[in-house]
Amino acid sequence: MSEVDASVAAEHGLAVDEYEEILRILGRTPNLIELGIFSVMWSEHCSYKSSKAHLQRLPTRAPWVVCGPGENAGVVDIGDDLVAVFKMESHNHPSFIEPYQGAATGVGGILRDVFTMGARPVALLNALRFGEPQHPKTRHLITGVVAGIGGYGNCIGVPTVGGEVDFHRSFNGNILVNAMCVGTAKRDAIFYAAAAGIGNPVVYVGAKTGRDGIHGATMASAEFSEDAEAKRPTVQVGDPFKEKLLLEACLELMAEDAIVAIQDMGAAGLTSSSFEMASRGGTGVELDLDRVPRRERGMTPYEIMLSESQERMLLVLRKGAEDEAARVFQRWDLDVAVIGEVTDTGRMVVCADGAVVADVPIAPVAGASPVYERPVAESPPPVPVTSDLIRAPIGHGAALEKLIACPDLASRRWIFEQYDSTVMGDTLATSGADAALVRVHGTNRVLALTTDCTPRYVQADARAGTALVVAEAWRNLSATGARPLAITDCLNFGNPERPQIMGQIAASIDGMAEACTVLEFPVVSGNVSLYNETDGRAIQPTPAVGGLGVIDDASQCTTLAFDRAGLDLILVGECFGWLGASLYLREVCGSEDGPPPPLDLGQERRNGDFVRAQIGRGRVRACHDLSDGGLLVAATEMALASGLGMQLRAPRGAVAEPGWWFGEEPSRYLLAVAPEEKPALLASARRAGVVARRVGSTGGEAMVIAGADEVGLGRLRDLYEGWLPSYMDG
Amino acid sequence: MRVWHGESELPEVDLVGLPGGFAYGDYLRCGAIAARAPVMAAVVRFAAAGGRVLGICNGFQVLCETGLLPGALLANEGGRFVSRWLDVEVVGPPTDFTGGLPHGASLHLPVAHHDGNYVADDETLDRLEAEGRIVFRYRRNPNGSARDIAGIINDQGNVLGLMPHPERAVGMELGSADGAQVFRSLMEALG
Repeated sequence: MSEVDASVAAEHGLAVDEYEEILRILGRTPNLIELGIFSVMWSEHCSYKSSKAHLQRLPTRAPWVVCGPGENAGVVDIGDDLVAVFKMESHNHPSFIEPYQGAATGVGGILRDVFTMGARPVALLNALRFGEPQHPKTRHLITGVVAGIGGYGNCIGVPTVGGEVDFHRSFNGNILVNAMCVGTAKRDAIFYAAAAGIGNPVVYVGAKTGRDGIHGATMASAEFSEDAEAKRPTVQVGDPFKEKLLLEACLELMAEDAIVAIQDMGAAGLTSSSFEMASRGGTGVELDLDRVPRRERGMTPYEIMLSESQERMLLVLRKGAEDEAARVFQRWDLDVAVIGEVTDTGRMVVCADGAVVADVPIAPVAGASPVYERPVAESPPPVPVTSDLIRAPIGHGAALEKLIACPDLASRRWIFEQYDSTVMGDTLATSGADAALVRVHGTNRVLALTTDCTPRYVQADARAGTALVVAEAWRNLSATGARPLAITDCLNFGNPERPQIMGQIAASIDGMAEACTVLEFPVVSGNVSLYNETDGRAIQPTPAVGGLGVIDDASQCTTLAFDRAGLDLILVGECFGWLGASLYLREVCGSEDGPPPPLDLGQERRNGDFVRAQIGRGRVRACHDLSDGGLLVAATEMALASGLGMQLRAPRGAVAEPGWWFGEEPSRYLLAVAPEEKPALLASARRAGVVARRVGSTGGEAMVIAGADEVGLGRLRDLYEGWLPSYMDG
Repeated sequence: MRVWHGESELPEVDLVGLPGGFAYGDYLRCGAIAARAPVMAAVVRFAAAGGRVLGICNGFQVLCETGLLPGALLANEGGRFVSRWLDVEVVGPPTDFTGGLPHGASLHLPVAHHDGNYVADDETLDRLEAEGRIVFRYRRNPNGSARDIAGIINDQGNVLGLMPHPERAVGMELGSADGAQVFRSLMEALG
C-alpha cells in the first residue's frame, strides 16, 4: 500500500488543514483506505461543509411534518394516517459526462431514498437545465438525459408526471439534472436509518459491487474542466429491473418485524451508508469486506469501500432475522450477505483477508466533518429597468407568437411523451398542468406535485429571486386546489470558494427561509450541488424547489383546461406591469437586465388561500398561475389546453402596455368562471382583500386582444408544439 | 390473484392477464425472457384448453414471443418511447373481450411503450384481416404498426393482445372510462 502524505491527500481533494485534522483525529497517518473514507465523507457532496452553516436557517417544522431533513427523505402527514415521503436530488456532473446513465442513475438514486423509508414510490418529477439550443452539445444532452430518465422510470414502473426544462447559455458546460421522487406509506410504517442493537447483523443486499463510480462524490465536489470526458469511468451504470426487485423485496421484508435500520448505498457507497447509519445511531460498526458480493475479481478494500455501484442497500437486522431476510431477498434473485455487525465501540473497523484494513472513529468522520464559514460577497445590484419606458418593439400578437415558441415556453411534448406518466393508474394530471395530480391509491386524496425555479430571477437578485421560486411552487399547488404542505430543495450553485458565489448561496437561503416561513411551507429534505462551473464560469444560480400539496377530495381539484365558451376570465392579483428580468424583456427586447418582480408574501398567501377556497367551493372551472411571459402567455396556455380561444381586454386604468400583457409580477392567477358564479366570487375576493377583476371571456378560435391583435389558436398551437420537435430533428 | 413467475402450474382461474411492464427488464428482446419463464408453459396449456388470456402492452409482447399470437412487436418507428392518450377503433366481429362494444366504437386509451410496432408477413396480416382477428386499430398510428394494428386475437378467439392500456382508463378522473368497457365485456363473457 502506498504511503499517504499531504500530496496524496490533495489528490483526494482534501485541503491541507483537512488533512491535518485527519492526522489529529487518528493520532497517526491514515492508510490509503482510511484516507479514501475521509475524502468522500468530507467531500462537499456528502458533508455539506460549505452550506451547512447556512442551511440551518431554513424552517423545517410544521404540525404536519413527520420527519424533516437529515434522513433519506422528508415525510409529511397527508391525512388518514398516511404520509408522503419525498426528496429531490441532483445528478448534474454525471449527466453531463454520460447523459443517459447519469440521468438514469439519478432517478434510481432518488427512488431508493424514498423506498428506503418504507414508502412505495408513486411519482417522479425532474427539473432540467440545458445550455442554449445552438450550443453543439445541447441536442445530444437532451436526447440522452430524456432517454435515461424514461429508461429508468418507465422500466421500474413509477410514473414520471412532471417537471420543468429551461435553456440558458450559462448551462452550456454544466447542465442540471434534478430528480424528485414521491412515495406514500402508512404513518406508523416509516423506516429510519439509525443503527441500533449491539450485535445486530449488518446486511448487504442488492446488486454486486463493481468498480463503477469510484469517487463519484468527489467528482461532484469539484469544478469541471474541458477534460470532463476523462471522468467517464466515474459514472455509474443503472439497472432499473434490479431496482424493481430491490424495491419489492425491501417493502416485503419491511412488512415483517425484521429491519432495525435501512440505508441505501448512494454517493460514496458502502462508506457513507455504513458511517451514516452508525453515526445516527451513535454506535460502531465492524465490516468484513470478504463477504461483500462482488462483480469483479481482485477488487481492493479501497475500491469496495468507495464503489458507487447502483441498486444496493445496507440494513441492520434484528438478530435472528437473518434467515427470513435471506429467504425474501433470494426469492427476488438478489444477492444478500451478512457483512458485519453493530458494535458499541463508536468506531468503524473494516477487515479484509482476516486483517484490519481501516479503523477510524465514526463521530468525527460523519458528524463532525469540517464546517466552513466561507467569505461572502454581495453581487452588484441588477441594472434597473423602468417598465413604463419599455416600448414594444413589435405588436403584442407578434410578441405572443415569439414567446410561445421560445425555448423556455414551447411545448415539452417531445420530452414528456417519452415518460410513462399513466402507469400505476392514479395519474389525474401531468405535464402542462400547474402541478401534477396523483391520487393516493385506494383513496380519494390527491397529491399535487411541482418543481420550480426561475434562475434568471435568482441571478438578478438571489434573495428576492429565491423567495419568488418558493412562492411560485406554492402558487402552482394552490392553482390546482391543493393545500401546499412542504418542499424539498436542490440548491445548484457554482464554486463556493468564490465569495460572490457564496454570497448567492447565503442570500438564496435567506430568501427561501423567508418565503417558507410566511407561507408555512417548510423544507423537509433536499440536497446541495456546488461547483457547477466549467473553466471558471458558473451556472445561473438554480435553487430548484419541489413542492408537495394535498387535496382531500379528488372532486375538488382543477386544471388549466376549461370546458366551454362563454366563461368569464377573472384575473386574481395586482398588476404593475413588471418587465425587469422578464421573459418578454429577454426574448422580445433582447435584454436580461432588471431586478425580478417585487413579492409581497402576505398578499401571495391571501391570493392563494382565496383561489384555493374558491376551487373548493366549486366556483372555478379552470385555473392557471401567471409566471413566465405574464398574463397573455398564461391565457394562451389555458386556451391551448382547452382547444378554445379567448377575448381579452385590458381594464380601464390598467398599467401601460406591454407590461399589462407580459409583466411577471407574482401572486396572480387566471380563473375561468361561469358567469353565474362571478358575482359571488368577486364579492368573496373583496372580503378577502384580494384584487380580482374580469379581463375577458372564453370562446372562438383565436386569442383576441382588444384594440390590438388577434392570433389564431391553430397558428399558436403550431408555434407552441413545433419548436422542440423541429429543434431535435435539426 | 397473482402467480409467481417461477410456478409451473396455474391455480383454478377463468382468465389469465399478462400485464404491462418490463418483464425481467426486457434487456433482451421485449418479452423474450418472460416467454421462457416456467409459468408461461402453464399459460400455454391454459390457452390450449380454451382458457381466456389477455395480454396488455408487455403482455402482448410476451404472447407474441410465446407464439400464442402471431407476429412480433418491434421498436417504435422513430426509436423513442411513446406515452400518450389516443383513440383506438374497435374493429372486426364481436369477441369475448369486446362483446359489449359496437363495431367501429372508439376508445380513448393511453399507450406507453417503446416496442409497439406490430409486424408480420403479408400472408399473416391478410389472414388476420380476412378472419376478423384485428380487434383494435389506431386512428392515428403512434409507432409504425402494420395496418395500424393495436390489438389482435388468436384463431380460437380466447387469447387477445393489445398495446394500449384499458386498465389505465377506468374512470373519467383518469382521463377516460373507455377501458372499463373491455373488462365489462369480459365479465359478461365469463358469466
